[in-house]
Amino acid sequence: MENILAFLNEPAVTMVLLALIPLVFILVYALVTIYFEMKVAAHIQNRLAYMETGWHGVIQPIADMLKLLQKEDIIPTDADKFLFILAPYLVFIGTYASFAVMPFSSGFIGSNIDLGIFYLVAASSLVVVGLLMAGWASNNKWSMFGALRSAAQIVSYEIPGVLAILGVVMVFGTMNMQTMTQMQDGGIQNWLIIGGNFPLGQKLALFPFMFILFIIYLLSSMAEVNRTPFDLPEAESELVQGYNTEYSGMKFAIFYLAEYANLFLVSAIVVVMFFGGWTSPFGSFMSGTVWSAFWFVLKGMSFVFLNIWLRWTLPRLRVDQLMYVSWKVLTPFALFCIIAIGFIMVI
Amino acid sequence: MTETHLHAIKTSTGRTLRTEEMVVNMGPQHPSTHGVLRLEVVLDGEIVVDVIPHLGYLHRCFEKHCEHMTSYQQVIPYVDRMDYVAAMTNEHAFVVAAEKLLKIEVPERVHYIRIIMAELQRIASHLIAIGTFGIDMGAFTPFLYYFRDREKILELFEMTCGARLLYNYIWIGGLSHDIPPQFVERTKEFCTDFKKTLKEVNDLLNYNEIFIKRTANVGILPKDLAINYACSGPMLRGSGVDFDLRRDDPYTLYNKFEWDVIVGKGEMGTVGDVWDRNIVRQREMWESLRIIEQAIATLPEGDVQKAVPKRIRPVPGDAYGRVEGPRGELGFYIVAEDSVTPYRIKARAPAFVNLSVINEISKGAMLADLVAIMGSIDIVLGEVDR
Repeated sequence: MENILAFLNEPAVTMVLLALIPLVFILVYALVTIYFEMKVAAHIQNRLAYMETGWHGVIQPIADMLKLLQKEDIIPTDADKFLFILAPYLVFIGTYASFAVMPFSSGFIGSNIDLGIFYLVAASSLVVVGLLMAGWASNNKWSMFGALRSAAQIVSYEIPGVLAILGVVMVFGTMNMQTMTQMQDGGIQNWLIIGGNFPLGQKLALFPFMFILFIIYLLSSMAEVNRTPFDLPEAESELVQGYNTEYSGMKFAIFYLAEYANLFLVSAIVVVMFFGGWTSPFGSFMSGTVWSAFWFVLKGMSFVFLNIWLRWTLPRLRVDQLMYVSWKVLTPFALFCIIAIGFIMVI
Repeated sequence: MTETHLHAIKTSTGRTLRTEEMVVNMGPQHPSTHGVLRLEVVLDGEIVVDVIPHLGYLHRCFEKHCEHMTSYQQVIPYVDRMDYVAAMTNEHAFVVAAEKLLKIEVPERVHYIRIIMAELQRIASHLIAIGTFGIDMGAFTPFLYYFRDREKILELFEMTCGARLLYNYIWIGGLSHDIPPQFVERTKEFCTDFKKTLKEVNDLLNYNEIFIKRTANVGILPKDLAINYACSGPMLRGSGVDFDLRRDDPYTLYNKFEWDVIVGKGEMGTVGDVWDRNIVRQREMWESLRIIEQAIATLPEGDVQKAVPKRIRPVPGDAYGRVEGPRGELGFYIVAEDSVTPYRIKARAPAFVNLSVINEISKGAMLADLVAIMGSIDIVLGEVDR
């Protein structure tokens, strides 16, 4: 027993164990969200979705996962084998690495670094490389199409997204995500979406710009995770399946997992920046280490729900319209907001 | 084989970059070719340079089969299977042609029931057309809303003749069964309920800002081009041509009812764009409901099998009968010899004719627009290939 405790107290072992917490979270969250999305979609569309496996089909995602595990892992003959195998893992690594700086609760953050959100933006950009790799390595024209579209889309939408983050960072004066959250502590009135924890005049001046930045970031985050109305890279009716056309079995499952993990990631960024992260909306009521984890996941899931809701309601944009929205609408607005926030913060 | 072209682009640093057009095969296994159509598409990036449709993956020799029956009545199950989402219309078209050939006068009740069935079938077919078009645009939900209501129509058909998709209901000289007693009441209920869905989907899809952006000014089919390519149905009316066989060549008793021919007006963009074609279908469903309501209210009594001939052996000759199907002018040309089977049957399939225009209207469009155009043409491969 003592041996085990001593082993667990080794710094290296502790670090590995701590690093596994987000992974476990992602796996559980993905199963829940797959079920959740299917059920939400079904109820939006007047259907029932899974009803057979377990109570209201709750264990269907596990069955789906087991099915994917058993599937034959097909690699096309003319594919670039090395890149083909590497791509899904690279996509997942990009997403998983981003979870390192996510403040899950007041007591837990993978790595409390001062460059938090900067690191996050950089790490999640790794996803693009993976997608391009997948599209190129598949040796399929549709995959290539999907990969190029997703690269163009994600890179374009990172600009308004990062500009929105910049505006928020200007207000907080820090890139540390834990500090950002703590600055919004004390109840719903201190959340940045309502102007943050500032004197009343400044708060009122900040409010409209924060709201615009929130919308900008929300839209660009939806584009970054390839969800409708921005799901062009995997537009089923146009590109068959986009970059993952040729993927099957576990590799496909990893793409799927990364996509869902990414969905939570961008939702979590919105929550940390504008909706007070893990802080309780009722001040000190229901706050504490465990409660804060609860609030964080709850808030994150509400934005995941928003994404699902939009996905099953809206049609898809066209490539040129997508670029138009990014470069001619979101980016100028974001720049304008940054200038305005600069003035407000100086005054 | 299509030809691709090389382009050279000079960059600002003086280097020459080479770009190349790419040939991609859309189909026969592709989610948005509505069956087994294969499109050979030449793409310059996202821009469509050329489209060549390749047909025949679903060719089942129906026209030839029809010559080897033991009776004219046996042709009807075959025509069912041509346009399998509008089987009633196909039967109706064939029967109109055959009755012209045989010079049979059918009772008024048969005409009324045929009109009710044809209009219900038109609604069912348009529901699929608009629903799948929505899927092509990335909107999945309206499709399922429409399928829910299509199910109600199929239930009405099932109640009447036992079949849900391929009916063999409209016979030469009559119908296989009279309508069941509760049919009238259920149809009235459907008409009331369905109006709600129509309004709902208008909000969700047809007047959705993104949807309008995607479909307005896309795939414009000008009036003269539509006429030159012999387009018909919503394709033709979407281009602003006021022509509907139900009014202009009344084949049953359509002129007894009050209804309007819907014509595309280019409300959101140019006349004849994808949005116009889609909205023509949407509004035609309202008109179909008007016809059904009037027909149900004034349904005459009678024996639906009174005029069904026991044995069909026409005088040698030929006849062409046509109806306004959901996709356009559906016609059957029958050549009869002194025999119990037709010598030759030719179907004029509207989907086939409408498809021929795709090359003209999709050049220069984007790949996503090509999918939109395909969806707005509303093809059924069973009918294109026969």
